[in-house]
Amino acid sequence: MGIFEYAPAPESRDIANLKDHYRPFIGGEFVDGSGEPLKTVNPATEEILAEVGTASVSDVDTAVRAARKAYDTVWSKMPGSERAKYLFRIARLIQERSRELAVLESLDNGKPIKESRDSDVPTAAAHFFYHAGWADKLDYAGYGPNPKPLGVAGQVIPWNFPLLMLAWKIAPALATGNTVVLKPAETTPLTALVFAEICQQAELPPGVVNILPGAGDIGAAVVEHGDVDKIAFTGSTEVGKLIQRTVAGTRKKLTLELGGKAANVVFDDAPLDQAVEGIVNGIFFNQGHVCCAGSRLLVQESVAEEVMEKLRYRVSTLRMGDPLDKNTDIGAINSAEQLAKIRGLVESGDAEGAQRWTSPCPVPDRGFFFAPTVFSDVHQSMRIAREEIFGPVLSVLTFRTPDEAVAKANNTPYGLSAGIWTEKGSRILWMANKLRAGVVWANTFNRFDPAAPFGGYQESGFGREGGRTGLEAYLSV
Amino acid sequence: MAKTYKLYIGGAFPRSESGRVYPVTDPQGKFLANAAHASRKDVRDAVVAARKAFPGWSGATAYNRGQVLYRVAEMLEGRREQFVSEVAASEGLAPSQAESLVDAAIDRWVWYAGWTDKIASVLGAANPVAGPYFSFTVPEPTGVVGVLAPQESSLLGLVSVLAPVLAGGSTAVVVSSAERPLPAITLSEVLATSDLPGGVANVLTGRAAELGPWLASHGDVNALDPTGATPEDRITLAREAAGTVKRVLTVPDAEPDWTLTPDLSRLRRYLEAKTVWHPLGV
Repeated sequence: MGIFEYAPAPESRDIANLKDHYRPFIGGEFVDGSGEPLKTVNPATEEILAEVGTASVSDVDTAVRAARKAYDTVWSKMPGSERAKYLFRIARLIQERSRELAVLESLDNGKPIKESRDSDVPTAAAHFFYHAGWADKLDYAGYGPNPKPLGVAGQVIPWNFPLLMLAWKIAPALATGNTVVLKPAETTPLTALVFAEICQQAELPPGVVNILPGAGDIGAAVVEHGDVDKIAFTGSTEVGKLIQRTVAGTRKKLTLELGGKAANVVFDDAPLDQAVEGIVNGIFFNQGHVCCAGSRLLVQESVAEEVMEKLRYRVSTLRMGDPLDKNTDIGAINSAEQLAKIRGLVESGDAEGAQRWTSPCPVPDRGFFFAPTVFSDVHQSMRIAREEIFGPVLSVLTFRTPDEAVAKANNTPYGLSAGIWTEKGSRILWMANKLRAGVVWANTFNRFDPAAPFGGYQESGFGREGGRTGLEAYLSV
Repeated sequence: MAKTYKLYIGGAFPRSESGRVYPVTDPQGKFLANAAHASRKDVRDAVVAARKAFPGWSGATAYNRGQVLYRVAEMLEGRREQFVSEVAASEGLAPSQAESLVDAAIDRWVWYAGWTDKIASVLGAANPVAGPYFSFTVPEPTGVVGVLAPQESSLLGLVSVLAPVLAGGSTAVVVSSAERPLPAITLSEVLATSDLPGGVANVLTGRAAELGPWLASHGDVNALDPTGATPEDRITLAREAAGTVKRVLTVPDAEPDWTLTPDLSRLRRYLEAKTVWHPLGV
């Protein structure tokens, strides 16, 4: 070992209290689902972590009935101040079990422990804290006096932030008086089922939260169920369009958080070292499995070479490997399927003539890993500039004038997020104004907070999560 | 004397590209006028005009937008007598009933004119995030909105669906009531001679059932108000709209009572919330 190398510092997997078998959570109980059990895999080792019982379509019906009953008899009738106490309690329990949840999340998802420990789990708790406070103050949310909940919310969440997305969905739904049937992603169901235990510990009335592991067909059954009043979906634009089509003509209220192809715009007067940190964080955080990832870097031509040089050096220092190692920067790609998709898009970049540079970091022999990759000489027409890759792959384009930067940044059907790097305040505000995106980070990137609304323009979906604005999704207004 | 009316696109009054017209009658079947029967190409031209007008209108100050809209209300009132007779003829009402509807339409326009410079402070926010950042959220106009105007309420309904689009800073392509288009045509003349920039509002006379699908599937239309479509057609329109993740307004099956005071729901539907973050430091 060289003098500046790191010794391994793995977090113990025992902390995760991993069980051999997990079951769906319906009406306050863990029950045997009648779906085909699935095996969830540790993407860093390809080992089977646990067997998870799944729901069938008939279980979806049972869960919706449980949610309806809880809504009618208990939850919608309870004073907001009482609902608030349950949410505060859940937030505390997430904090108390945060190490367990973080390790379990990293095992199941492949994300580095430093991210699950320092970002995902604390932010999930924060969402419950934030929304707990709204439960008894909805008259002040700006939607008129005494706004009403919708009823039963069907929620379908992705695999990139399994617990955090659950918190984004469940906390506002419960705070506003709705009950929930949530389907976690097929490849990452475990923390959602530990969350179900937390609901039991918090003595949440049975049926208020129901969790149904399963594949896309179960998500579709939740979306299609006739007694569901609201659908909240986070995932791909392709599936989002399908859901919008399915829900068309029903009374169901819909919010969609879909894909993105964010532009991260670096001007020549930007603090370049900070910008490079922001670029790296923007695209390599969570292996690039972030819908708002800064996957298109737009650099002003005069500093492009300098930025590229700094960027390659910085990316080459990222450590890829065991997600449970506290020194790991880049963990595993969540599934073999996702890895294949990333490889396919990267090959298209080669074929279309972009210049590929891949970090020389060692790649583990086992597991699903993809080394951080940066494409330069990228043109707007290339697939790698247009399509969401959802992996650690950055496409770099250049521009000369602010107007050109705006035009290129907005040249996408997506509109979830954008980044601006410049020392000039007036230019930040001008750019922020012009960019067609729901979140704009200036001289920073990938910041999230339950108090700050998040969501997209155009094909990145509609509706917001977080803040006062986010409450609208769960209120009849 | 019966006249042949035209469309209102990009601030001009072209004939329908299709050359088609259709007769407009009162509820008793008496001929009132010929109206242009807009086509798919007219829809596309109107969307182009609305998109072209969007940067200017959305970029205008709220103060300016408010004054422009208030000026429209003033001019609407200036042609009160004409609107009263057209609403009465179109909807088969007594003059006194039509008068109260026209007055309500003027008031409605004034109400929305006053919202332009209040939307951001009522719907925006400074976000108290847990970290050294200044984070704020501002409402922004969604873009080009396709509006299928109410079929029954020829003026008050039309104003109630158009004004919130414009007040929020979006631009509009409106398909008027098919059977009762005359107040919409006169409103176009008001808009054309007001300070509203050409293309901000475009008014097509024609059939919602025919033109709605082109608006719903158009890639450069950001939102759709299907009020003037039948409940069955609205389902098809909503499915078409899913292809571009369009915002589609949820509307009641039957036309609501437009005389009731509106809330913010229509304004809110054509606004996006943009959250901006910046670090704090020295």
